[in-house]
Amino acid sequence: MQTSAAIEARDLTKTYPKGVRALDGLGFSVEAGTVFGLLGPNGAGKSTTVKILTTLTRPDSGQARVAGVDVLANPDRVRRSIGLVAQRSGVDLEATGRENLTLQGQVYGLRGAELRTRVEQLLERFGLAEAAGRVTRGYSGGMQRRLDIAMGLIHRPRVLFLDEPTTGLDPEVRADMWAEIAHLSGSEGLTILLTTHYLEEADRLAGRLAIVDHGRVVAEGSPDELKGELRGDAIQVELGDPQADGQASAALDRVPGVWEVTVEGRSLRARTDNGSAAVPAVLQALEAGGLRVASVTIARPSLDDVYLRHTGRSFTRTEEKV
Amino acid sequence: MSSTMTHSWFMTVRHLRNLARQPWWIAITLVQPVIWLLLFGAVFKATADIPGFAADSYVDYLTPGIVVMTAAFAGGWAGMGVIEDLNRGVIDRFLVSPVARQALISGRLVQLAIVSLIQSLIVIVLGLLVGARFPGGLAGLGVLVACSALLGASLGALSNGMALLARKEETVIAASNFVLLPLTFLSSAFMQRDLMPGWIQTVARYNPVEWTVQAGREALTAQPDWSLVLSRMGLLTGLALVCTWLATRAFRTYQRAI
Repeated sequence: MQTSAAIEARDLTKTYPKGVRALDGLGFSVEAGTVFGLLGPNGAGKSTTVKILTTLTRPDSGQARVAGVDVLANPDRVRRSIGLVAQRSGVDLEATGRENLTLQGQVYGLRGAELRTRVEQLLERFGLAEAAGRVTRGYSGGMQRRLDIAMGLIHRPRVLFLDEPTTGLDPEVRADMWAEIAHLSGSEGLTILLTTHYLEEADRLAGRLAIVDHGRVVAEGSPDELKGELRGDAIQVELGDPQADGQASAALDRVPGVWEVTVEGRSLRARTDNGSAAVPAVLQALEAGGLRVASVTIARPSLDDVYLRHTGRSFTRTEEKV
Repeated sequence: MSSTMTHSWFMTVRHLRNLARQPWWIAITLVQPVIWLLLFGAVFKATADIPGFAADSYVDYLTPGIVVMTAAFAGGWAGMGVIEDLNRGVIDRFLVSPVARQALISGRLVQLAIVSLIQSLIVIVLGLLVGARFPGGLAGLGVLVACSALLGASLGALSNGMALLARKEETVIAASNFVLLPLTFLSSAFMQRDLMPGWIQTVARYNPVEWTVQAGREALTAQPDWSLVLSRMGLLTGLALVCTWLATRAFRTYQRAI
């Protein structure tokens, strides 16, 4: 394995006792000082990957190094170099913000004046100074999340894991968190592994990302590279009635310059060199096939299209089913 | 080792502070043993009149029994705190930090011992107020309280370990309910041993609650048989160590399962 990478995972597999295969040969590598996103729907294996890389659990097979240290052979050394903001907040709700941070610092060996300074500095930086003396049960979701991040950073880790950091937050709070994460990524050579099931979040924050599906990486690259692999525009047609029998895709087979036609329920997607030019022909073909059209949209390729391309399912729809 | 001790202390402080913030919990914890002492003392008052019952008054006999019972129950229910921390992700946060695993258990046990000490003192003072007399004096009371704390720690460690394995509130509640009352009544906490059926006397020999009651009561007599007291204390110390070790091991099983 290369040693320059901040995170290196290879062939990770894990099957849970009930026979659920969470990871099926997952692997990726993250360059130091970058933000790497793991994108996938719930149950794709993102959280299991984070649990393995943060030494919380062990894989059935495979290897992983974090900050240059083998997570299986030397979990204690890994723990000193990493911070984790877990999907589920780890804040002690009976303790104040300051007490939470102080205990976290003590666990990492900070003491006395150094500890106090660091605690106050983080409280200030994450806008919690005023609420620091209050029991965190009364904090808003956004405040608890900021405290989680502050706790993850108290020992100045080299690698920070953010496991679905904005799940369950209000849209405005989510936007604040994005700004915060973007700000973090620029600082102190910190490497960030971000897992998310929000396409927009991955698109905005991750320098590189891996799309995870059924415990494997199905595509990897920068968001632009991934989107660039898709030639042309995406056309999305909402049909008047759900389609099951392939009638819609058959209708479009005869339209030149249109490819990768997929239909899920009422939603038909296709790719084309020039979206606006292809729309009349597409509509005509559908009408000729006796299909009612409710709406048509044309878009530059999105991560959703990338996801569709690699998994055969639309990301948004996969999420709805979960 | 030293980091285990320091970390245990940090965790103890956390647990004590969190308890101190729950006034209702404090009130119930402190009042409950008082109710038991007064209630059982009234219900079973006539026990002292049974031919062959050695103590002068039932409250003399009962007070140490309530001290032990209180410690046993506090220990048995300790796993609920682990469940709460599991649900909130607090345990996982500590497990990915360099904290000594053992501190996550022993911090809870030290807190348990401190609470149990306070409860014991309340029961003893109340017992004295309602007329109980302890010829064994301070040394005897010290043995009673220490043994109760060891028993509480043992059951507390088991309860913590079970919480880590089961990860379900219901399981901990069911197990505590299933074990605690029988354990208490299969001992001489409320009734002199030779007045109980033979099979209970046999079972009681292997019951840690009985070891605690025996050591405590013996130490409170005018002329204690110290070899009996020390042997029971030895058993309880061994039990507490084994249970703590088991509970710490339970983290591994937990981490494999998640």
